[in-house]
Amino acid sequence: MSLPVRIATLAAALCAVVALGAFLVIHYLLGGPPVENFAAAGARQVSITLQEDPQNTVTSKPDWVSYFIKSPATGKWVHTTLFKVAAGATVHVTILGYDGCTPLRNPYWGKVTGTAGNLEYVNGKPVSQLNSWSGCNVGHTFSIPGIGLNVPMASPSLTASLCGASPCTSGPHTTMTFEFTAPRQTGSYFWQCRVPCGGGFLDGFGGPMQTIGFMTGSMEVVS
Amino acid sequence: MTSQAGAGAGTGAGRREPSHALRIFLPWLVVSVVADWLIWSVWGPHLPPGDMASAASNQQFDIKVMAVIAAPVTAFVLIYFGYALVVWRQRDGDETDGPALHGHARVQATWITVTTVIVLALFGFGTYELMTAQGAGAGEGPSPIWAPAGSAPLQVQVIGQQWRFTYRYPQFGGFESTQLMLPEGRWVEFHVTSLDVIHSFWAYQLGVKADANPGVDNTAFTRPTQLGQVTVRCAELCGLWHGAMADTGKVVTPAAFESWAKSTQARLASVTRMLPPYATTYDPTVVPAINKAMAKAGITGANGYFYPPQDPVQP
Amino acid sequence: MAIEMQPAQTREPGGGGPAAGGMPRPWWRRPAVHTGILGAVIGYLLGHLLGNFLGSSYQQLPLSDSSDLPIVLGYVAAVIGWLAGLGVFSDLLRQMAGRPAGEAGGHAEAGGVAQYFRYSLDHKVVGIQYLVAMLVYFCTAGLFAMAIRTELLSPVHHVFSSSAYIEIVGEHGTMMMMLMTSVILGPLGNYLVPLMIGSKRVAFPRIEALSFWLTPAAFGVLLSGLLLGGFPFGWTGYAPLSIESTYGADSYAIAFGLMGISMILAGFNLIVTIICYRAPGMRWSRLPMFAWSMLATAFLMVLAAPVLVGGMYMIITDRTAQTAFFTDSLGGSSYLYQNLFWFFGHPEVYILALPGFGIVSEIIPVFCRKPLFGYKTAAAGMLGVTLLSFFVWQHHLFDSGINPDMRPLFMLTTELISIPTGFIYLVAMGTFWKAKIRLSVPMLFALGMYFNFLIGGISGVFLSDVPADTTEHGSFFVMAHFHYTIMGGLIFALMAGIYYWLPKMMGIQLNQTLGKIHFWTMFIFFNATFLPLFAVGMAGQPRRVFEYARSLQTINDWVSVSAFLLGGSILIFVINFVWSTVIARVRAEGNPWQSRGLEWQVPSPPPPGNFARVPVVLSGPYEYGDPAAPPVADLAPPPGVLAGAIGDPAGAQPDSAGPAGALSPAGAPGAAGAEPDGPAPQSPAAGADPDPRAEA
Repeated sequence: MSLPVRIATLAAALCAVVALGAFLVIHYLLGGPPVENFAAAGARQVSITLQEDPQNTVTSKPDWVSYFIKSPATGKWVHTTLFKVAAGATVHVTILGYDGCTPLRNPYWGKVTGTAGNLEYVNGKPVSQLNSWSGCNVGHTFSIPGIGLNVPMASPSLTASLCGASPCTSGPHTTMTFEFTAPRQTGSYFWQCRVPCGGGFLDGFGGPMQTIGFMTGSMEVVS
Repeated sequence: MTSQAGAGAGTGAGRREPSHALRIFLPWLVVSVVADWLIWSVWGPHLPPGDMASAASNQQFDIKVMAVIAAPVTAFVLIYFGYALVVWRQRDGDETDGPALHGHARVQATWITVTTVIVLALFGFGTYELMTAQGAGAGEGPSPIWAPAGSAPLQVQVIGQQWRFTYRYPQFGGFESTQLMLPEGRWVEFHVTSLDVIHSFWAYQLGVKADANPGVDNTAFTRPTQLGQVTVRCAELCGLWHGAMADTGKVVTPAAFESWAKSTQARLASVTRMLPPYATTYDPTVVPAINKAMAKAGITGANGYFYPPQDPVQP
Repeated sequence: MAIEMQPAQTREPGGGGPAAGGMPRPWWRRPAVHTGILGAVIGYLLGHLLGNFLGSSYQQLPLSDSSDLPIVLGYVAAVIGWLAGLGVFSDLLRQMAGRPAGEAGGHAEAGGVAQYFRYSLDHKVVGIQYLVAMLVYFCTAGLFAMAIRTELLSPVHHVFSSSAYIEIVGEHGTMMMMLMTSVILGPLGNYLVPLMIGSKRVAFPRIEALSFWLTPAAFGVLLSGLLLGGFPFGWTGYAPLSIESTYGADSYAIAFGLMGISMILAGFNLIVTIICYRAPGMRWSRLPMFAWSMLATAFLMVLAAPVLVGGMYMIITDRTAQTAFFTDSLGGSSYLYQNLFWFFGHPEVYILALPGFGIVSEIIPVFCRKPLFGYKTAAAGMLGVTLLSFFVWQHHLFDSGINPDMRPLFMLTTELISIPTGFIYLVAMGTFWKAKIRLSVPMLFALGMYFNFLIGGISGVFLSDVPADTTEHGSFFVMAHFHYTIMGGLIFALMAGIYYWLPKMMGIQLNQTLGKIHFWTMFIFFNATFLPLFAVGMAGQPRRVFEYARSLQTINDWVSVSAFLLGGSILIFVINFVWSTVIARVRAEGNPWQSRGLEWQVPSPPPPGNFARVPVVLSGPYEYGDPAAPPVADLAPPPGVLAGAIGDPAGAQPDSAGPAGALSPAGAPGAAGAEPDGPAPQSPAAGADPDPRAEA
């Protein structure tokens, strides 16, 4: 080959490689679910509403359990698990539990910790712990280990037929409310579920349990 | 040791040449002595992982001894290479070859003997350290080869689960907590196990690292000797949030520990009643009470697995 | 070693079937990379459909990618389709159908860039293919390393999400550890070993070519794991995490398994080549050190990689068929996987180290202008490392609680292996004694290797001591240790080898000024990157974390910046490589280093068939400074001399009856074509025992 041909081939190959790399990085490594911002204007009092569903029919993984967050801007349910709050803010959380029950691998996580009064309100009634090993009554947990928060979610009755299309708007569900204080130290605090609800995966801990946007995510604390 | 190697090779040197062996040996001797003195007395007391617990001190001592042995070896090789690069460079215009030296039986025999002696000494030292009353701090499985004599150690069970360690204190009614609290001056017997994948319990200042394997009771011993904080991290990749699986333990006075344990035991009594009885390992898939309820509801995953039967991906 | 038992049929070894007979088809109808890709796509779709069909009783929806079976079968079928599209099976099928295998192909149609994109049976083409591919893999995995260091710039602020970070860690580690096993054996071993031992070919050209073409498949499968969500378990793939993980784990297991098969094939070919295809007079005592290291590496590959393939197979069946090899509550054991993995994994570490020893031992006599000091010691060191490396694997499990009373034994074996490793230093230091050192670029890299591997090796002794290991295990200390041995040892040696042998392989001289800049930047920034990491690990930072203590930020930032500069140094190399080989193309002298190696006695690049006649080796390759030493080989021996050199007159008679006669001329590829007039027996039979007098 002549010199110009060699240089042109090289340049073309280089462009192709760079384009492929850029696509890979931007699309797969930097991509991810959106972050819902509850920290607008340094809000000190924040209300966050989530729901946990037995499936996620808005994605290509329809059999994966999933959380949804109600967007503070549009009021629509968004398939994400990332949210942002202001440091030191008081966070009121409402979680609609549409998913059925699974026993915790470690019943210790049936205890409510880290919330105001170490209590949560299930359908309005205060609860300090749920025993998932004596009666199947825990659907998921909402846990932020970095601030010691752990709240078990009560599930609808064992025999109820669950909602089948997410985000759920009807069907049997429980409503949990609790309140905690966001930490003063800014940074990223991950949250997860401790119920092994990744059906189809060994120990129920693969799939949605280890995929951001489904059963785990993070709380960004900003100043 | 290495002086012999150098001297042996030196016998092949020409008469008018300076004694290369000596010119390598003397700087090496000086560097080695100085480096070893620095390591032993200046750097040694500050080497990780510190001396907050018996196992940590033991590891610090081992690292110190290894460094004292390693420094002369490293220095010899580097000084030799440095000397060679300075002295035995090709001179300008010199296109001739070096001497046709194919080997030197005495040098080779000396080298092999010296390295073998060093290695066997290290082996003997390491084995002795493993067997003595210091304890290695490493996970020793369900039947440890060494356990502290004398008064009963404090038993602490470390339960690894994605992505948090929890701690059970069987001598206090088996309560479970996310807080690692230890008394100063008392032997601690960790029982490390896992509920899902492999984790590794690394209490840095305590000098303890023990893998948490599902279904395995992995014991490790240490004796905290100072008050302070203990960094606990997971040292085995365990999934998405492995990097954030960390917490902070505390070493407190025996009295403070006693009162903390008693009050926590009382405070968590209702939670403790939910837990399975204390055991060295757990199989969280076997929950007799719940199996009955599930079967009644028509969910009959075999062997306590709580997924519908049409989902065969679950073993 | 009996390749072909029909002496009457004369043909090239390389099938290259498609061009057989008649007019050559247009390029796009001849098997090459593009038909391979087509085959892979078709294969994946078929396999995926089959998997969905088999798994249709699953709750998961078909075609949702939400089950392991279609993914695994898709990958397997894609690999088969890729190989079929490349024409790997063409000759096989043709012969099964009773038709003669393809005539052309191999080096007969040498020339042009196109041959490098085809299933070529010429070991020199395969060597270049390996070289370019390995550099691509290395740079890809290196970019992932840059991403890791970007994330670690800050302990709290994150560039990547934790899942993207853990995917990047897994891709970097796995790509480096699985593909770099062949980084020297593939390019330099396949290319140079036949030249060094005086052979016209390798023993099994088809197996050799297959071993190469599996590596792009493994690379592609591994990288495609990102599309499936990656795998969150690093390169070790510890069960049960690897059983539990999402579908990216399938790409890990299949890619690593494929690479295991590639290693077995590559090693097998080189073992037989080195043992059976040595030229007359190439005694074991004259074998170049590089060939010794390749022999040792190949044995490690052949003996260790099957365990890996078995382990990966168990992961796949655990994930798809719900066998429970590694699930403790169903009778399996997570220790089983750790044992299987490290039984492969530790020999693998020496698969990565030995080729480096071979290259530096080959290079230093040339640039010291002295014979290699203690040739037998060096060879014994490599064989000792090979043997001992199978008895150290549980030192990776010192803290795991497995069998604590075995720890002294594994401490002993681990420390013992430093004795044969130390031989490499004895040999180097003896060779340097009163040498005339020429500091050319290959020599600089060889020196860098000795420096780095010294630190890597000494830190390894720290890790062998159980109490010390308790602090260091699973931390950045270990990570720095094996980067010093692998990157500092293997990759520095690879660079030395490339600068040293590229004039031989391509007939092109790499730019020496850029080479020196490359060396100094790489050496400085390599050490600036990894030396502090020993301290980081000792200070308590575990591996593979995205969050670390705030007090360690300064040192981590230093490391990150050094790592970027190290990446820049590799970029200098890539620029040098591309500039020198594609654009500038400065012809190299025939023997620019005045080496005595047999490979330097033929033109550069070597002609098809390597040697016009099978040479007779007359002396060892390192006889520098000995005016009485005979030349390294007689490249054009008259037929009678061969008979004398072999010491077996019967074996030199091509037409004599008996196995030797039947094997020699026909088994010698290209012998009939290149030497129509003179029966110069390649004689594998004689090669197996080239000099019976030496044994007597």
